[in-house]
Amino acid sequence: MTDTASPLVPGEAKALLAPPRPALSHDWRRIVRIGSIAALGQAFIALSNMPVRLDERLIVKPVLSLGYLVLLFLPLAVGYRQGHQTVREGVPVFRPGLNEVVGGFSCGLIAGGGLAVLAVLLANFDLREPLVNWSPILLDLLAFGNQAWFAAVIWLAIGAGMGTVGGVLRLLGPTSRRAVVTMAIAVAGAAVLESLVVDLAEGMGLEALTDRLYDRRGGVNWNSALGLAGVCGILAVAGRGRLRQARSRHAELQGAKRTQANAGLMALAAATLIVLPLFAGKLTNELLANVGLFVLLALGLNVVVGLAGILDLGYVAFFAVGSYSTAVLTAATSPRIAPEMPWLVALIVVVIITGLAGLFIGAPVIRMRGDYLAIVTLGFGEIIRLLFLSDWLSGWFGGSQGITMIPAADIFGLTEVSGTDPRRVFYLVLVFCALAIYVSWRLERSRMGRAWMAVREDETVAEAMGINTVNVKLLAFVVGAVLGSFSGAIFAAKVGSVFPASFLILVSIVILVVVIFGGMGNIVGVIAGAAVLIGVLGGPKQPGLLIEFSEFKLLIYGALLIWMMLARPEGLMPSVRRTRELHQQEMAQDAWLRGEVDDDGGGNRPAGPPVATQS
Amino acid sequence: MVPRTLRRGTPRTGVDWFLTFLRVSALTVVALGLLAFIAQEIDSDNPFARWANPDATGLTGEQFWGLVVSGVSQGAMYGLIALGYSMVYGVLGFINFAHGEVFMVGAMTGMITSNKLADAGMWESNFIGSLVLIVVVSVIVCSLTAVIMERVAYRPLRGQPRLIPLITSIGVSFFIQNASIVLLGPAAKAYPDVPDWVKTKHTFLQIEGSRILVILVAAASMICLWYVVERTKSGRAMRAVAEDSEIAALMGIDVNRTIVKVFALGGAMAGMAGILWGILFRSVIHSTGFLPGIKAFSAAVVGGIGHLGGAMTGGLTIGVAESVGPLVILEPLGVSGVSQLRDAVAFAVLIGVLLLRPSGIFGERLPAEDRT
Repeated sequence: MTDTASPLVPGEAKALLAPPRPALSHDWRRIVRIGSIAALGQAFIALSNMPVRLDERLIVKPVLSLGYLVLLFLPLAVGYRQGHQTVREGVPVFRPGLNEVVGGFSCGLIAGGGLAVLAVLLANFDLREPLVNWSPILLDLLAFGNQAWFAAVIWLAIGAGMGTVGGVLRLLGPTSRRAVVTMAIAVAGAAVLESLVVDLAEGMGLEALTDRLYDRRGGVNWNSALGLAGVCGILAVAGRGRLRQARSRHAELQGAKRTQANAGLMALAAATLIVLPLFAGKLTNELLANVGLFVLLALGLNVVVGLAGILDLGYVAFFAVGSYSTAVLTAATSPRIAPEMPWLVALIVVVIITGLAGLFIGAPVIRMRGDYLAIVTLGFGEIIRLLFLSDWLSGWFGGSQGITMIPAADIFGLTEVSGTDPRRVFYLVLVFCALAIYVSWRLERSRMGRAWMAVREDETVAEAMGINTVNVKLLAFVVGAVLGSFSGAIFAAKVGSVFPASFLILVSIVILVVVIFGGMGNIVGVIAGAAVLIGVLGGPKQPGLLIEFSEFKLLIYGALLIWMMLARPEGLMPSVRRTRELHQQEMAQDAWLRGEVDDDGGGNRPAGPPVATQS
Repeated sequence: MVPRTLRRGTPRTGVDWFLTFLRVSALTVVALGLLAFIAQEIDSDNPFARWANPDATGLTGEQFWGLVVSGVSQGAMYGLIALGYSMVYGVLGFINFAHGEVFMVGAMTGMITSNKLADAGMWESNFIGSLVLIVVVSVIVCSLTAVIMERVAYRPLRGQPRLIPLITSIGVSFFIQNASIVLLGPAAKAYPDVPDWVKTKHTFLQIEGSRILVILVAAASMICLWYVVERTKSGRAMRAVAEDSEIAALMGIDVNRTIVKVFALGGAMAGMAGILWGILFRSVIHSTGFLPGIKAFSAAVVGGIGHLGGAMTGGLTIGVAESVGPLVILEPLGVSGVSQLRDAVAFAVLIGVLLLRPSGIFGERLPAEDRT
């Protein structure tokens, strides 16, 4: 198990430890480069109005607001980053020492310099014309109410301080570093989840606890922040490596035992999700319902992008078709035909319609090269919206007025699900999510799923193996479309009205970010991605827990997409197979370095990478 | 006997039948629309035209000319943007989705500079001079944007599967758009007022001055670009890298530098197009780059990606199709509110070309590893 414990970090071999470098022996050009990038980033963050907007959201009661936190993060990150040493086979790694601290200090100083220069500029020039946030308010925030020179000095100091902290983090051993990170995450998490926790605690009658933890005006109390950090730190040190051990034990399980363990975990998750909304208030349930809708969409897109490898940028089209056909079939106010079907009956028709739409859109594009396909599906997504919006079809779909007064979804006459009671919406979404999870889980392990993955990995080879690539890909497209239509149908019943403006291309991109962030092709990853991103930042139009972020969330989604692709294209919770595809070369190299080369195979064919035993 | 799979054009599967059906019906719709339009233009009471759309009014010669001119001028702009897509695709083999945002950055830069110039009084006193100035500024800013983009987001991903840089470029596009919102505000911003001779229609061919300006500037930049690519040393390097980057590297060409130059050149063209947009519409917003970007990509595909002349031809085709198409093909068929369907027509042209002739009008020029 020693080798398979960390299959995701290729090249992590036991390195030779060399004595620390002298404190001032740096590649100063690199330090200046990293520092200046951070300085520019700091100025950008400041000018984006993030600090001012987020200043009201307190993290730790008197000392730290989210606004200042976004300005502190970058110097800390570069301070830590500059001490990074690439581990190469046979090349010694220097033991961290004073060198890292000095490097962190310098990086942080330069990064802080960005804000210092900005503050001086803010005081002396007026660039309000193009830059809308160039204002005295920003200067005031940067200078803590004092003069510009004070801002310059204090931000140089803060930058240097945070950079040094980042450098010092390098000195810590793995255990203490984990403890520090856990403490930070615990406090930040408690602050971010504030409204959720308070709401749940109220439902369960635990107000006493949250009153202690949170200040009345928001934010974690100073004392309880310390307490929370302490407890979590102790837990992290005590539970050192337990989590990883448990995970690798779970990965080692075979056959029936593994199925049992999975079933147990799933039952636990399901029970939590069923019980949780009972204690939650309306807003939390609304949030949960929104997250659920996006989980459903992301699961659908995951079949298309994650399993079959078809980059569909017009996925919103199926969401739109699902919503609109539900609206036409159930609403009495639908302009042309209004059969006023019950929601469940309509759903069957909707599934057929969206399936046909999937075929219709899929058939022309399926033969195209992957990147052409992406743009053409994007075009289709936009065409569908333009058609719903146009006067030409307004007799059917109401044009820009949309279709309103869609009745609540009637479930076998038992309950009525509509937006007024988000808890029911959430339960409905949960049922469909369970269905979607089951379908994609079974499909992934079926003959069809293996065909999809073969097509994703190499279409030519797949075809040579006798797979009818066109039909297989088309089926993925249709399955994705149908899963998306579920979400659309629930959305229509929940919101009670559909407008073309709800189906912008933006929605496609956000779902794509969710799928990629979580880990393409991995169901758990996709769900986690949706929960974290949509839950915390919010969807295209839906607010998340950090409501203050709603202005910036799309910016963050964009940055996140770039960063994920550069740093971790397989996502946060990758599927094993996908990782192997993306890091094939590195893994082959590692295997070669370890001397696991298959000598009979002509020398350059490496033995299968160690992960092969894991799935 | 030729195996069935190798005979082209013979449907094999259901999908093939469906595609054939789509191709035929697309051509039929276009032909019917054109016929109805022509019938109506010849005789407005023509029974065929009445049958197709009883309320059709037809176009006067002047209206038709106006549509063509506006299509050509917008098409010239699309063509300029398309050059960037085409060159990058030719060299790196991936779609730089964020190229439309470079164009938006150009339009924004032009807006900021021209407003500053208007404040200083130069815009009114020396319009041509300030136009040259904003073009220079915008070209520099856009080249820089494109180069930084390449350095930060695309260079680390070279050699990855083709979809990875494409997804990254979607992220870049998203980021630049939203950065523009948070830095410059979400409202649409106006260019300063232009002199009368730009706004009014001239007796010469009944064209607005702005459109003449746009067509002239686009033609001039196209000639400059052609000269750089076909006649200079770095242009030859670009063509060599596009042909086969490995061999080019062996021949002593610095591939990285050449790729940077390609991005800079594409960015410059987009910057130029941004200014032209400003002159034509005199308003710019963060989403300005999205649709023209997609249409320009369509133009690059329509002309045959990797082909410079093709990009311009494709641009003109898309421009004219989206401006003339709704009124000439859809209106006679009884579709109402056709002007809303401009963008849909542009996309339909892309889909149609990919269905009928996927390699574009002039045929595509792809990097070595993509030629199969």
